[in-house]
Amino acid sequence: MANATTRSFLQVAATEEATPPLRVVQIEGLAINNTTKFLKELFCTYLIQVILKIIKHCKEFSPALVTGQLLGLDVGSVLEVTNCFPFPIREEDEEIEAEGANYQLEMMRCLREVNVDNNTVGWYQSTLFGSFQTVELIETFMNYQENIRRCVCIIYDPSRSNQGVLALKALKLSDSFMELYRHNNFTGEKLREKNLSWVDIFEEIPIKVSNSALISAFMTELEADTPVKQCDYERLQLSTSPFLERNVEFLIECMDDLSMEQQKFQFYYRNLSRQQAQQQAWLQKRRAENMARKNAGEEPLPEEDPTNPVFKPIPEPSRLDSFLITNQIANYCNQVNGVAGQSFSRLYLMKALHEK
Amino acid sequence: MASNEQTVLQFVPSATSVSARVHPLVIFNICDCYVRRPDQADRIIGTLLGSVLPDGTVDVRNAYAVPHNESSDQVALDIDYHHNMLSSHQKVNPKEVIVGWFSTGFGVTGGSALIHEFYSREVTTPVHLTVDTGFKNGETNIKAFVTNNLSLGDQQLAAQFQEIPLDLRMLEAERIGYDLLKPTNVDKLPNDLEGMEASMERLLALIDDAYKYVDDVVEGRIAPDSKVGRFILDTVASLPKLSPQAFDKLVNDNLQDQLLLLYLSSITRTQLGLAEKLNTAAQII
Repeated sequence: MANATTRSFLQVAATEEATPPLRVVQIEGLAINNTTKFLKELFCTYLIQVILKIIKHCKEFSPALVTGQLLGLDVGSVLEVTNCFPFPIREEDEEIEAEGANYQLEMMRCLREVNVDNNTVGWYQSTLFGSFQTVELIETFMNYQENIRRCVCIIYDPSRSNQGVLALKALKLSDSFMELYRHNNFTGEKLREKNLSWVDIFEEIPIKVSNSALISAFMTELEADTPVKQCDYERLQLSTSPFLERNVEFLIECMDDLSMEQQKFQFYYRNLSRQQAQQQAWLQKRRAENMARKNAGEEPLPEEDPTNPVFKPIPEPSRLDSFLITNQIANYCNQVNGVAGQSFSRLYLMKALHEK
Repeated sequence: MASNEQTVLQFVPSATSVSARVHPLVIFNICDCYVRRPDQADRIIGTLLGSVLPDGTVDVRNAYAVPHNESSDQVALDIDYHHNMLSSHQKVNPKEVIVGWFSTGFGVTGGSALIHEFYSREVTTPVHLTVDTGFKNGETNIKAFVTNNLSLGDQQLAAQFQEIPLDLRMLEAERIGYDLLKPTNVDKLPNDLEGMEASMERLLALIDDAYKYVDDVVEGRIAPDSKVGRFILDTVASLPKLSPQAFDKLVNDNLQDQLLLLYLSSITRTQLGLAEKLNTAAQII
């Protein structure tokens, strides 16, 4: 981390003037190309090997959630992810945390020795059923963003991959969201001002994959002759109900959370209107009093009294949580849609086969 | 390899008939390390991590390169590096232990015996994996070896490298799809439905092939093969026998379940859209 920090200062200094838009994120072996609908395009390339590593790490520890670091190069408008290494599973212990930092440094030193690019460009993490939109993720992202200007987060979902889908996503936080987050300003007013809705928190970056010619040659040779591949078997599995069930379960949980958030807001609004009523009442009383004093030829009292608890502003609850939950729900809905769509085709296929 | 053939030459065959299985990541890792090797190096070597399965198969799941120097008669290995890397890897996954070592190049070379001896100290029967990155024969050459000791009396004479079967069927790679692994550049990851489409197309092609084969056999164009016939029979028999009504009911029930879910998720999304508008607009007091 330490050298990442020093590097970042240099980099920030260098990039402060004109940051060319990030166009490509390239993973070695597997390149992921991410395009944002934002002003600039983000483009990542990943090498296949990185993706395999991520998959292996995430799968081996599934259902535990794991993270790791992405290494690579930031070349002009292209962010190439050329390597990665896993983090040990984190434990809630300060000593171990320090050890984790050591591990990171050690690993990067070792990788540098065998000529691996050792610039941090982001991190990857596994998720279950796409439940990754958490405050922790945002915090981690902000942390990385402090040190390296351009970073990317790869999310891999082992649970979905069992269905023959390569559930890999590259994400970044949108700039406008980061701005708000930095000032921790999630009141309704600010959000309206920025015109930021829950859709705009995360930007998904399309993934572009690249391979070295050597690996490509090996793979062409090693490809098995069988016409049916493992992923075909998995894709044509008829049973999707466990997956859908879990998804709907999570969806219901999220709904509960969301209604909790809504209650918070209702509570806030109720308090707010009660306070306003109190303020009005107080003002009227004061005016009446002033009128009386005026008639009596005395000095009027000021119409504002900051010491009065009635004028203390009630803090507005942050919208961040409800935004994230909304995102989460939208995600589950998308997954349900996707899986249901696939199983439709499977069912019709089965029907057709049976009729034959 | 042994020079003395007159006295008792003890040839200790390996205890079990071991075989090895390789995770595609290992091959990728080796290739990447080879591409990034230092200028003057001809080959790279490194450690293989994995585990030995209960049936004696060595499952190679991970690999990392170890810097080394090689001259005509001696090999210098960065043992510190090896140990550092090992402890780092073990922190992440304690179940992966050293199972052997790899080297690029065609088959076993002279220095290999020395390195193999080093790894013999780390693990009882190390596996030596060679990956020919030069494509010398114009084809892939990935081989695995174990050593047998040749000894004369109590004296160790030499070690004989013996090839063991290597399982290169890479299910993990198939999961991702060779479409993604083969070309040097892929612009877009296939999404769910595209993958589904590809699978269906392949399935249809397979069914067509089977049809064609059966037709050809029936019309006497191809010599019948009873093995294939039995496979086809098994496949057809594996379809559960259901009455059309029962089957229709099954399919329709399933369809309705899915439709219900779709409906639910669409409603949810509509609600979300609405809620968002209300949440941000209603506050003008």
